[in-house]
Amino acid sequence: MVSDSVRPLAREAQVMPIVSDHDVVLVRRAARELAEEIGIGLVARTKLVTACSELARNVLEHAGGGRASLAVVSPDGARRHGVEVVFADDGPGIGDVERAFERGYSTKRGLGLGLGGSRRLVDDFALSTEPGEGTTILIRTWA
Amino acid sequence: MRDDEASSRTAILAIGNTLIATLQGSIDDRAALALKDDLSRRVVATAASGVLIELSAIDIVDSFIGRVIADIAAVSKLLGARVVVAGMRPAVAITLVELGLELPEVETAVNTEQGLALLGR
Ligand SMILES: Nc1ncnc2c1ncn2[C@@H]1O[C@H](COP(=O)(O)OP(=O)(O)OP(=O)(O)O)[C@@H](O)[C@H]1O
Ligand SMILES: [Mg+2]
Repeated sequence: MVSDSVRPLAREAQVMPIVSDHDVVLVRRAARELAEEIGIGLVARTKLVTACSELARNVLEHAGGGRASLAVVSPDGARRHGVEVVFADDGPGIGDVERAFERGYSTKRGLGLGLGGSRRLVDDFALSTEPGEGTTILIRTWA
Repeated sequence: MRDDEASSRTAILAIGNTLIATLQGSIDDRAALALKDDLSRRVVATAASGVLIELSAIDIVDSFIGRVIADIAAVSKLLGARVVVAGMRPAVAITLVELGLELPEVETAVNTEQGLALLGR
């Protein structure tokens, strides 16, 4: 099992189902709205929304569905704000996490860009997965 | 109709033997795949020599849309048409490169005008 610290800062989050390609659009839009709300700049915002699109689609394609929890967070005592999104599913889990991050590695004839790419697109990235149990991925971008 | 379908529909316009496809707003996967099919059909039906894909209204391109664009370019080429992608926003271009999707096989132009010029119009 791989579990870097998937420790959400959010106490409360907006939970959105991911069961169709349309839900991917809705998650994208919700992330963009939160990012705009706290003044994340255009480039960082575009990267965050793109990462959300990749990870939401992975939930759909590789785990048959799941959910995204979105929130604006600020670490204790700090004035800065960030958008935190947690993608969770009860799918098959990721067998070989290291390879899954490699460019070109895909079990579904994809380009194998999504996972490794989205890690580069955000400030914080943590993943926890267990074969047969599912996968949880947390991302954050700070304003 | 779902609230979002109208905004994700893509218009294909023909000017002479050039097709212009304008991607709008938050396009979903199905709309992107439909565009690929529609465009291939239109390329054949109109014997188009060029296809311009206008992206200035698109605020993100992820690996899925990126692949659709690459596929459109490859199919159009096989059908004898040249494809130019025009109007990609700078933030989108930066993100695509960081994602690892540079689309080297796709010709690009900074805006519609230049794209059409590239296609000889
Ligand atoms: N939520 C998930 N559950 C199970 N497996 C996953 C999940 N997310 C990713 N994977 C595994 O990791 C691999 C790599 O993911 P990545 O997003 O990089 O590529 P891809 O989805 O296959 O293709 P692309 O994203 O480029 O279209 C996937 O092929 C899949 O095997
Ligand atoms: Mg993927």
